[in-house]
Parts: sequence; structure tokens; C-alpha cells
Amino acid sequence: MTREVDDLYQRIVLEHYKRPRNFRVPQDANHKACGDNPLCGDHIDVYVRLEHGAILDIAFAGVSCAVAKASASLMTEAMMGRDATCGRALLNKFEHMVGSAGTEPDPELGELRAFAEVRDFPSRVQCAMLAWDALRTVLHPGAG
Amino acid sequence: MDTLYVEEMRTRASGTLVARWRRRFPILRARVHGKPLVYLDNAATTQKPQAVIDAVSRFYAQDNANVHRGVHALSQRATDAFEAARSRVQVFLHAAAPAEIVFVRGATEAINLVAQSFARPLLVPGDEILVSAMEHHSNIVPWQQVCRQTGAVLKVVPINEAGEFRFSEYERLLGARTRLVAVTHVSNALGSVTDIARVSALAHAKGIPVLVDGAQAIAHVRVDVRALDCDFYVFSGHKCFGPTGIGVLYGKRERLEAMPPWQAGGDMVRSVSFDGTEYMPIPHRFEAGTPDIAGAIGLGAAVDFVSAIGLEAIAAHEQRLLHHASAGIGRIPGVRIVGTTRHKASILSFVMDGVHPHDIGSILDREGIAIRTGHHCAMPAMQHFGLPSGTARASFALYNTLEEVEQFVEGVRRVQEMFR
Repeated sequence: MTREVDDLYQRIVLEHYKRPRNFRVPQDANHKACGDNPLCGDHIDVYVRLEHGAILDIAFAGVSCAVAKASASLMTEAMMGRDATCGRALLNKFEHMVGSAGTEPDPELGELRAFAEVRDFPSRVQCAMLAWDALRTVLHPGAG
Repeated sequence: MDTLYVEEMRTRASGTLVARWRRRFPILRARVHGKPLVYLDNAATTQKPQAVIDAVSRFYAQDNANVHRGVHALSQRATDAFEAARSRVQVFLHAAAPAEIVFVRGATEAINLVAQSFARPLLVPGDEILVSAMEHHSNIVPWQQVCRQTGAVLKVVPINEAGEFRFSEYERLLGARTRLVAVTHVSNALGSVTDIARVSALAHAKGIPVLVDGAQAIAHVRVDVRALDCDFYVFSGHKCFGPTGIGVLYGKRERLEAMPPWQAGGDMVRSVSFDGTEYMPIPHRFEAGTPDIAGAIGLGAAVDFVSAIGLEAIAAHEQRLLHHASAGIGRIPGVRIVGTTRHKASILSFVMDGVHPHDIGSILDREGIAIRTGHHCAMPAMQHFGLPSGTARASFALYNTLEEVEQFVEGVRRVQEMFR
């Protein structure tokens, strides 16, 4: 397998696709947002329990490709327990990373840096962003 | 003689032949991501032989002028070349006369032309148009639009689990209010070939005209519009080794002559005054404005290229590729082929348990293997099979080889191993 594919479909992405974290529909979520990719029919729902500006719980459900699902799974891990402002900052860093070539990913992104390679697959950027775009509508300024 | 030996000799002979066909396509020497290109997205568009590239560039280098206008030499040369291309297409489709060949931008424009010029003036509320469940969006949406404009209703002939047109349902749906049948010759998503002569005979028994979407058939199946007895046949040049931006509407003379122009402008009128305008006879009535002259000439060269090889030889080779590929990926655990009729053109749609088609496509791409993934602009057909994410689709053309099929099968096998 070529290096680039190894880079995008590396162990951590495949692992989160096969065993996604927080892949559930929580009963006590007070926010829900949908991410749709009409081009491929992919659909991810993001559920958030947001209280006093803090993400107390975050989970997701839906049908999607490996890139979208692993990205959603890692997103929920990274967002759990953060406050909305921090969450928004992280979201912006992630979006910057997958959208701009030639820049070194912010170390704060941790395991999410696995998706830096999506820059080499422009048609897949929206897969990586599917859950994040949904979360953005929940974390808008003044939420919670 | 030993049958295995005969088979081996046949395979070698056809390998040499295919190598010769293949050398005519310069792009097939390209490398992608450092790997030799394995182009298996021919249902989306085909590559172009040198003869087509040369015909287009020679026109611009030597003959370029507008058509049907000037008295000067170049204009006459351009007109002759443009009209010669029309005659080549006529012969290729076995149409009765060049006047039955209208140059358009592609199959999509041809269907819109028939929807607006033929169907729209005819339809009243409650009338019906019949399509199949495996149409490309371009043979659905123009009919939905004309239905909205007129109050007509779009009816759908279902397909079975193998992806075959259901003739029993078709006969039931052909009714007193049916005004037109519009079906695909070859399904772009499944590869199914529909028996168009039978579609036509059943419709004509009730006086109903038939339009055939030939976009996927034209480079793979011998098309004889008189044997098919369809009223309209449409295709795009770029799916038959020709340039993009040029396509064909074939219409039976009496149909075209009864139709008003669709688009209006220059080149489609005999005389214009503010009291009234007299239109040109067919086919020029439907070719308003300066056409894609170089595109038509390129398409003429493409049609010559295909005719010289022969569609029987092409179909035989492609069937061998299809069977080899189907058997190969059929042996991979978790892979399921979508569209399993025996009557298939060289399209292989498949899904893999637990793996999204996009992931299959991205991984194969990095191996230099180009396939299509998704709904293939045939969302209703995907819904029929309960596949909202669509399928992965390999589609073969005359220049693909058994070695390429093996690389493709090996690539799919590696994807399955990665996700296991």
C-alpha cells in the first residue's frame, strides 16, 4: 500500500472506524445537529448535553465512510468536558488543518492530527468535516 | 485440439489486439500517484484516441471557420467536415437519413430538447410519462420538469432484484394516458441491458413513442435505431471516445418534422422579418447558434475509430473483462455485486460489508486505479437496493486489459484486508 493511503487510513483512523467512541444516542442531550453530505448520502447526528457553557456529554450516530466516522469519534473524545469557547477554538484549528496545505498541524490537536493527510484528498475534506460542521451549529457563540 | 489450448491462444490473440487498440490512447501511458494509470471509470467518460485528438486539432489548425454561412473556402471546408460527421453518425446508428441526426451538447440536452419540444406541447393534466427505476437523473429530472409544467404524471417501471426491467409491470403501466416511454438502453449504475426492441414493440402497439437513453450503450453495444424501432435515441460523444460538449439526438424524421424548435437564434431560420420567421428544415431547426463544430468532427473521428474495430469485437473483449472481474471480486469475503442480470454491459457495481464506497475509491486511487463511487446519478436505483451510500463501480472499455482487471481485484482484496 502506498505511503499516502497509509497516512490517511492509518491505524488510528481504522481503529476509530471499527470501534467508534461515543457512538450512541444519549437520552439527556439538549442539543442535536445533523451533518449531511447529499453527494454520498452520508449522515451523522451529533448529540450534545451543554450546561453553563460546558460540554457535559457528546455522542454521535449515523451512517458514513471511515474518514467521517473516525473523525466524529475522535471529535467526541476531544470535546468531552470542554467548555464551548475552547471547543470552538479546537474546531477552528481542526478545520484549518484539513483545509490548508503546507502548515504544521497545531500540537494541541493531538490524535486529530491523523486527519492532516486529508489535505491530499480534496474530495474527502467534507467527509472529515461532517461531524464538525454539525457541532459548529451547537457551539455558536452564546450557546448553552 | 485441447480446448484449454484453444482458449489460451484466443486470450493471447486478443491480448495482442487489445495492446494495439490501447496504443492509440496517449493518456493510458500516464502515471497517477507514481503508478501506471488503470482507468476503470469509462462509464463516466472514455479516454480519447489520437485520431480524435488529431481531428479536433487539425480542424482548428487548418479548416476553422463557421458553418452554413460563408461563401469562402474555409467556411465550405468546415461545413463539409461538419456535415460529413453527421453522415458518419447516421451510418453508425443505422438511421435512415442524416437529417435524423441532430447535434446537441450531450444526452442531457437531447432529452431536454425532446421533453420541451416534443412532450410539452402534447401533454395535458393527467397524461403519463413512463420511465424505469434505473434511469440516470438526466432521464428523470427533465420529465419531472415537464410534468410540473403541464400537470402530467411521471410513472415508474420497477426493476427486479437482479436489476432487470420488469416487462410484466411495464405492460400493466402502458395505459390510455401514456404519452411517452423514456428508458435507458444500458443502466449506468448496474450495467443492465434492456431489450429495447421489445420496449418499442409493446409501446408502439398502443401508439406510444419511445425515447432511449443510449449514453451507456453507445460504446459497448451495436446500436441500430431502425431495428430497435425507437422514436428517439440520445447519446453523448464523450462516452464513445469523442470530445465532451457534443452529443446526438436521433429522431425519426416524422417525429422531428412535427416538432417546433426548442432554442431560437441564428442558423435555425430560413428567413427572418419582424412579421414572421420561417424555420429551417430538420435537423438545422434544432441547431440554433454556432454549433460545436470541432466537437462534431471529433465525434465523427471517434465513430470511425469504433467502427473500424467493430462493436462485436469490443463487446466480446469487454464481456471477458466483466466476467473475469466479477469472478475475481465475487471471491472476496464480504463483497456483493449489485446488478446481476446475465444481460450486462461492461459495468461492475459492488459493495463491501462494513466499508463505505468512498473509502474503497480513495484507496484504489492511490494505487493508480480510477473507479467511480457513490450513487452514479441514479439515486432511485440505489434506493431500490437499499444503498443510500451507493456502490463502487468499475466500468471497462475496449482498451482495458485482463492484467488491469487483476490489479483491480487485488486492490479490492487489499481494501477488504485493511478493514477486516
